[in-house]
Amino acid sequence: MDIIVEGLTKYYDVQKAVDDISFTVKTGEILGFLGPNGAGKTTTMKILTCYIAASAGSVTIGPHNVKDDQEIIKKSIGYLPENNPLYTEMPVMEYLAYVAELQGVSSSMMRERIGEMIRVCGLNDEKHKKIEELSKGYRQRVGLAQAMIHDPEILILDEPTSGLDPNQIVQIRELIKSLGKHKTVILSTHILPEVEATCDRILIINRGAIVADGTAETLRKQAQGQELLTVKIEGGTGDQVIKAIQAIDTVEMVDPVSKDNLTLTVQSKAEATSIKAIFDLCVAKKWYLMQLTPLETRLEDIFRDLTLN
Amino acid sequence: MLIIFLGLSGFFTWLYGSDVFLVGQASLQSFFAVAYWTLFFFTPAITMRTIAEEKRTGTIELILTKAVSDWQLIVGKYLACLMLIGVALLSTLPFYFTLTNIGPVDHGAVICGYLGLLLMSSAYISIGIFSSCISNNQIVSFLLSLLIGVFFLIIFQALSSNFTGVIGSILSYLSISDHYQSLSRGVVDSRDIIYFVSITVFALMMAESYLIRRNLSEK
Repeated sequence: MDIIVEGLTKYYDVQKAVDDISFTVKTGEILGFLGPNGAGKTTTMKILTCYIAASAGSVTIGPHNVKDDQEIIKKSIGYLPENNPLYTEMPVMEYLAYVAELQGVSSSMMRERIGEMIRVCGLNDEKHKKIEELSKGYRQRVGLAQAMIHDPEILILDEPTSGLDPNQIVQIRELIKSLGKHKTVILSTHILPEVEATCDRILIINRGAIVADGTAETLRKQAQGQELLTVKIEGGTGDQVIKAIQAIDTVEMVDPVSKDNLTLTVQSKAEATSIKAIFDLCVAKKWYLMQLTPLETRLEDIFRDLTLN
Repeated sequence: MLIIFLGLSGFFTWLYGSDVFLVGQASLQSFFAVAYWTLFFFTPAITMRTIAEEKRTGTIELILTKAVSDWQLIVGKYLACLMLIGVALLSTLPFYFTLTNIGPVDHGAVICGYLGLLLMSSAYISIGIFSSCISNNQIVSFLLSLLIGVFFLIIFQALSSNFTGVIGSILSYLSISDHYQSLSRGVVDSRDIIYFVSITVFALMMAESYLIRRNLSEK
């Protein structure tokens, strides 16, 4: 099911939490929601899951509108709310059965679904314990299990990997990725490498408005513009090397990094690349090319650029 | 909770004050008079955490984003509380069996008395759930439902004696005690039943409208 959001706006009293945002998520797409605290991520998710109503704008999920068909929409969404609230006095198995029944899983499928969730989320050792006895990471797994129990078309996850250990994070990412192939997934997170690892598309919001929308690659290109290379050359003196590289027509600037001037940062002119030219230069001068690495702008930098104004 | 309720009502029915032996009649009249008060405190204590606790821990977001509507949630909470009260009342049945061994009992009056207690609890439960919707704090919602309860239990009654005419009769109609007393005496009047049922439905609807406010688009 596709999610189409148009002109979504939400006021809390006089404060504008979400300001006229529009985006579309298609089936088979994993959308990463990024933004600093208080940017409006959670509010948007609450509106998508029919928990609160928007002040203006529309949300269409599949053929249904969130205003009119809440029952159907709620059934097709699996939602992991922020801070992962759970009925902590219930045992894990009982809790999953309860959620499954609420979400209309038929009794013949029930055992199978619960078993599947326990296996996928690694809850086997803890399945008879009460939720209040579990550690934070295990509670998070229960939260994920309850969101996915009815095999929903749409998954909306508010910080799905918070509190998990590194192994589990990798597992859950793999799981989300594989689910994302035929479902619609929206996840929010603060962890930037996670977005890169799992999401097909990134949406950065700041102060309730969308400031960037695209794949990690397109965002990088937009932010970067010019090619940056780290080059290390041996076989010549520092001055010779710098002069020779500066003579290449696509090179705009050369910055020595090490004291002997043999490791350099080379910035190319806009929309040009100097990689081949540097290689040819070394061949011609009989120098050894020890390192030639493109410097990527990190996602963190992009994020900071867009959200700190 | 159940034990406190049973202990209190048992103590006052059998041992203290105008108990069964003092009155010298095989009737549950004294039990019904005691339960009238114990339920008044007992019910808010049950209902206070229904919605308030869900709001405090955030599970309300979890449950309302499942295929459950606000009205279903509130009616579910109401039925759960009513069932608990029902169990509490069922556990007082030994009082009745004991009495039938002591002497002749007016069975109709007993059945009506229980019906009265159940209807009254149902009104208190819905008032309690409404109070629970208003606050995130259990104590606040407990006190609030006692406050609303006091109006129906005492204040309307007291006010009605100071007013004459239409206002007086409206106030006296709103008071719980008249309706309860006629039921516990064994008189089943549709007016009394309608009274309790309408309080229940009205309070539950108020509770829903309070809860659903977050999900209405305001200007």
